[in-house]
Amino acid sequence: MDTLAAGGTALHRLDPRGKLLTTLVFIVTVVSFDRYAVSALLPFAAFPLVMTSLGALPSRYIISRILLLAPLAMISGIFNPFFDREVLFSFGSMGVTGGWVSFASILLRVMLTVGGAITLVAVTGFPTICRAAQKLGAPRVFVTQLLFLYRYIFVLAEEGGRVSRGRSLRCCGRRGMGVGSYGSLVGHLLLRTWRRAERIHMAMLARGFTGEFQNLREFRFGGRDLLFVGGWSLLFITFRTWNLPQFLGTLVSGMIP
Amino acid sequence: MHMADALLSPAVGGAMTVVSAGTIAYCSKKVRDEFDERKVPLMGVLGAFIFAAQMINFTIPATGSSGHLGGALLLTVLLGPHAAFLVIASVLTVQALFFADGGLLALGCNIFNLGFFPAFLAYPLIYRRIAGDGELRNRLTAAALCAAVAGLLLGACGVVVETICSGVSALPVVPFLALMLPIHLAIGLVEGVVTAAVLSLVATARPELLRATLPPTPAAGRYLRTATVAFLAFALLSGGFLSLFASEKPDGLEWSLAGTAGGEAVKGGGKGVQGAMAAFQEKLAFLPEYSFRKPPATAGGSLGKIRAGSPGAGQVVGKEGKNSVGTSMAGIVGGAITLAILFLAGMLLKKRSYVIT
Repeated sequence: MDTLAAGGTALHRLDPRGKLLTTLVFIVTVVSFDRYAVSALLPFAAFPLVMTSLGALPSRYIISRILLLAPLAMISGIFNPFFDREVLFSFGSMGVTGGWVSFASILLRVMLTVGGAITLVAVTGFPTICRAAQKLGAPRVFVTQLLFLYRYIFVLAEEGGRVSRGRSLRCCGRRGMGVGSYGSLVGHLLLRTWRRAERIHMAMLARGFTGEFQNLREFRFGGRDLLFVGGWSLLFITFRTWNLPQFLGTLVSGMIP
Repeated sequence: MHMADALLSPAVGGAMTVVSAGTIAYCSKKVRDEFDERKVPLMGVLGAFIFAAQMINFTIPATGSSGHLGGALLLTVLLGPHAAFLVIASVLTVQALFFADGGLLALGCNIFNLGFFPAFLAYPLIYRRIAGDGELRNRLTAAALCAAVAGLLLGACGVVVETICSGVSALPVVPFLALMLPIHLAIGLVEGVVTAAVLSLVATARPELLRATLPPTPAAGRYLRTATVAFLAFALLSGGFLSLFASEKPDGLEWSLAGTAGGEAVKGGGKGVQGAMAAFQEKLAFLPEYSFRKPPATAGGSLGKIRAGSPGAGQVVGKEGKNSVGTSMAGIVGGAITLAILFLAGMLLKKRSYVIT
């Protein structure tokens, strides 16, 4: 992800605040549809698609990241077909119940909102989003916390992975995998982490840490950013107000028969 | 237990975001005021520790499944409620942004469900009461168990309430609760056992870490009261504001605040009584005693719906066109065309950007 965020397209160079705001508008408009909306949601796919294309992101990677969450979406929506059995419309001789329509709607929502969030991070980068959030008024302590956390996730996750692998190599099947050894394993990891934090703090103090990270680059919100935010927001509102696929379909199916 | 954006309505998501943002601001101020400098890197690194600890699983005896640490209660015991809430919020933010777990709009709900209940309810009211000063190992274990279970059950109730209020999922309240509570009771027991195991090791190896967060005076209750009052005020204010805003929307976005601020909030939107009533009716339709009602297809100009006609679709849909095959066909055909256009545009843009770079 960080490698993607280091790209140099026009999209990468936009002010992160603009991108963050646009993504929020996108998500809010997508979830503001009622639970049977399917066709009206489709035009919204334009946002993640255009971000992927203009940001020169590897589309296969983005799609795989979205699909990774598909099972979760399935679980959250799978009960709808069982509880909502009223037939909304029939398709030939087959009746389609409201439950299945809302299930499709949920799947679509998940793909759109996740796609929007992933492309945002991929063209902006997590630390930059945090700084943008601070510029937009997020508390300084919280932003510093986020940046610290992000910096150490990979270091500590690697350590966690090593600990886990070491234990499974020393276990015969299930023996030793129980909660007894787990407690002391995680406890020792915690103690090591704690000492590491104290060392980090001393090292940072020695380098003049005042409780805040310094930025090298200031953000500038220019005309392009205004155009980006305004243009997309206008488009989202248009999609929200008029069901374009429905209109298109009526046009086409009205012409065909 | 992470909620996803897809199951939320903007009203619920927005209100919970306001509540969580307020809590974060309050906790940030608290942490800054009682500035213990060592805490800042410690908080960050402990947040990362949660990720690391979640990579290690253990087998649960007699079930064959495996569990891992959630960490909210452990963080609260180690850091105190305010700092812990910030750490939990930051962990969830990273999960939402980087691993797309949950979502941006659902972030407020998730922070509240997974952070507020353990840090501000389970910890001061249950853990502190039972554990005392943490000298006795048995009391520590019992406290961790009870507090973890209580925190997770409350969080599960939060998920249920928020989902039902949003009205995207069709699951009625009672089966939903019957599904969530036993699962989270089990998760809570596991979490409690693990937290107790880790805490007892810490108590042996470095007992001073556990004493650091003990309040010098029994002030936990006071914090709690301030916090609760502040959250209630936030919820009511944001609920009232959003419902007013919603009812003024000409196309009647289904921004009903019925659940967040209690059923009374619906009355708040005096201008758009019809919109509010329609939304309220829809809410009623989700209750288990009623059969599932379709939202009024013609009311309030809800153009986004699949069955409602767009301006151009008037002649095909007609007046009786609620269930007409024509409308649904139009939706499907139009949807396919839209997708085709989008993908084509995407491909073209992609080509162009390759040329440029």
